[in-house]
Amino acid sequence: MRMLPVLTRLAWRYLWRNHRRTIIMLSAISIGVWAMIFMTALTRGMVDQMIKDGISVLPGHVQVHSPEFLDDPSVSNRIAIGDVELGRAFDSAGFKAWASRVKVPAVITSERESRGVTLLGIDPAAEREFSFVSYDDVEGRFLESVDDNGVVIGKKLANTLDTEVGKRIVLMSQDPDNEIADRGFRVVGLFTANMPAFEDSFVFISKKAAQKMLRIGDSTTEIVFLGDDYRNIEPTYELVKQRIDGSLDISRWYEVNTYLGTMLKVMDGFVLIWVIVIFLALSFGLVNTLVMAVFERIREIGLMLALGMKPASILGQIIIESMLLLAVGLAIGDVLAWATIQPLQGGIDISVVAEGMEMMGASSVLYPKLYWSDMILANVVVLILGFFASLSPAWRASRYEPVEAITKVG
Amino acid sequence: MNIVLRLAWRNLWRHTRRTWLTIGAMVFSNTLLVFMISLQFGMYGLMIDNTLQVFTGHMQVQAPGYKDDQKMRQTVPDIEPLAANLREKFQTETIAARGWAFGLASSEERSYGVGIFGVEPEFEAYVSSVPGLIKEGRYLRENDAMEIVIGSVLARNLRVAIGDELTLLGSGRDGSFAAAVVNIVGVFESGVVDIDRNFAEMPLKTFQDIFYMEGAGHQVVISAATLDDAELLRPEVAAALPEGSNLVVHDWDVLQPGLKQAIQADMSSAFFMYGILVILVAFSVLNTQLMSVLERTHEFGIVMSLGLRPGRLGRLVILETALMGLIGLILGAIVGSLFTSWFTVNGLSIPGMEEMAANFNLPARIYPQVTPWTAVAGPLVVFLFTLLAAAYPALRLHRLHPVEAMRAN
Repeated sequence: MRMLPVLTRLAWRYLWRNHRRTIIMLSAISIGVWAMIFMTALTRGMVDQMIKDGISVLPGHVQVHSPEFLDDPSVSNRIAIGDVELGRAFDSAGFKAWASRVKVPAVITSERESRGVTLLGIDPAAEREFSFVSYDDVEGRFLESVDDNGVVIGKKLANTLDTEVGKRIVLMSQDPDNEIADRGFRVVGLFTANMPAFEDSFVFISKKAAQKMLRIGDSTTEIVFLGDDYRNIEPTYELVKQRIDGSLDISRWYEVNTYLGTMLKVMDGFVLIWVIVIFLALSFGLVNTLVMAVFERIREIGLMLALGMKPASILGQIIIESMLLLAVGLAIGDVLAWATIQPLQGGIDISVVAEGMEMMGASSVLYPKLYWSDMILANVVVLILGFFASLSPAWRASRYEPVEAITKVG
Repeated sequence: MNIVLRLAWRNLWRHTRRTWLTIGAMVFSNTLLVFMISLQFGMYGLMIDNTLQVFTGHMQVQAPGYKDDQKMRQTVPDIEPLAANLREKFQTETIAARGWAFGLASSEERSYGVGIFGVEPEFEAYVSSVPGLIKEGRYLRENDAMEIVIGSVLARNLRVAIGDELTLLGSGRDGSFAAAVVNIVGVFESGVVDIDRNFAEMPLKTFQDIFYMEGAGHQVVISAATLDDAELLRPEVAAALPEGSNLVVHDWDVLQPGLKQAIQADMSSAFFMYGILVILVAFSVLNTQLMSVLERTHEFGIVMSLGLRPGRLGRLVILETALMGLIGLILGAIVGSLFTSWFTVNGLSIPGMEEMAANFNLPARIYPQVTPWTAVAGPLVVFLFTLLAAAYPALRLHRLHPVEAMRAN
């Protein structure tokens, strides 16, 4: 250990002896590290946005349904507990936000057209915080109270149905006895959403109006809870579990939308594989550089050994040289990545492929997301694997016979 | 030339380890490229085929604007004669007429909204995979029977079986109220929940009666043998449409813009990754060749003072690189093809990816195919960049002064 400062200084100087080679290697490492982090930030950003959009539609980090509801989303599979009782159980429990709503498939009909939609009967005040519709951007107005008589539909759907604010449409679904439940509503607002598909498929009416139309008293089909962050929902989940009847189905968001759940997991795997692949591509050059660096100074190494330097110190010196090279490359790559991601924070417009992104469940603006954990992962992986890659050339260097090495003709 | 080649070959093996390490970088990248490109393009093919064969076909004749709005009144008039006409003109069976409407389907216990296709039972099987996916019962037969086939998830949700009746409610072409009771004769299962939950098919004549279509429909679906054939066929179909009609012919990429764009989006991210790999290999080569030039400064000085032109030396360096690159190319293509072939036989499935795959109509297990093109495309690009990387060391030779060079050691 005493030797460490000396060895480091030696390694540093050796590094700059052949500055061209070092600069080329540094460029390669920097580009590699930049690509690792940049690409990761892009995909992270995409998946983050997908999940946010996805949750905003579900929405709710933790959701409660009747056990059959997810497979058979019929009003027959509603939650038997009334709103008053729910309020008593959850209002004072300290949730960030919660809401109960009626969510059933329905058919919407204008004078011209019919389409299938998901009908949401909501309490607008309770869902303001986590609805994917921003109430203030609605053309016309959003629902104003829990017994509002209007309907709010997406702009795109309005276009398909040839309808507009002020006109009437009819909603049809079924009541618990499978009688057709239908009612006319006046369109009071048109919303826009991140993803065009949402505009096509969701229709908002007030909770009271929905309950009356479907003849289900004051019951609902879905209760949703919001946690602080979609990555950390366990506390909310536990809290819900304590406070609700065990026969109901309590799901985390990634259990409701398994596509998004797997996306998140696949992403973590992808980041690691990407980092390792880039490193492997780099490692050939790294080992090569070290082999060359050792080869050039066999005689010096021999001399040092002859003068009594321990083989371990030679080994250490080569490894330090490699680590210094990597560290400088990492630093440049990190800064480069940060500097290229920062100006893109406002979002990259990729609407050219919007419909393709929608197929993946992503929106047409990409917001790169630089996570410190990803950056640290890339750096740590490179350093650790770099250490192992430099072991072999370093080991060989330390095993030279001093006499042979000194007399070797370079 | 022969002697230059020999020289280059020998120079290459002066530092065996270094040369192999550089070749190793190429082989590694090439293997990955061959595998990824084979997988990628195989997947695109599957995605396109699997998506188009369900409903879309390779092209469709529609009323203008129908593609975007799918409104009931944007019709193709006299659609069955038109389809028959086209079948005759092109001497093929793979053309079928369809109508599409949305309705509420009610059974005894449940009501759900579904998309209802009116199809020609005789020809639908030539343009769509649905008739072949019947799991229970049978497909439609008569063009005017009060029959319907529905998806398996829909059947489960409606709690119905073969022989049960289904009540349909919707709006007709003129906006009037349309209703009918039809018999369930078959249940199809595609394995894609969205399709199995949301669609039903009935005979076109029946459909036209129920929805007041007056002989009209919404789409004439045309399938070709391959995507390339389809491209050639489109202008011919457009020319064969009746005079004075305002009908349009849409290609699959217009009908399914998401599909093409998903492929484009995926391609651009894949090409970014490939680009990085190639650049990293190029740096590796640049490093090696620069070293090999620098360490030979002394001997280059000697041969130059004996009269050898720097251009010739430059070519020697390029030739060395080309030889090295060639070994990398051949080995990479071979290793890559072998590696990929293993998956061709055994299939590739990534745990947890099944669901993502289903989103794009892909099977859970994918069998990538190596074609001559996928085996060579990536390695060739690597080879070109390898040569490019050698340019700097080669050009540097021009700045070499024989006398100074000889003094170097």
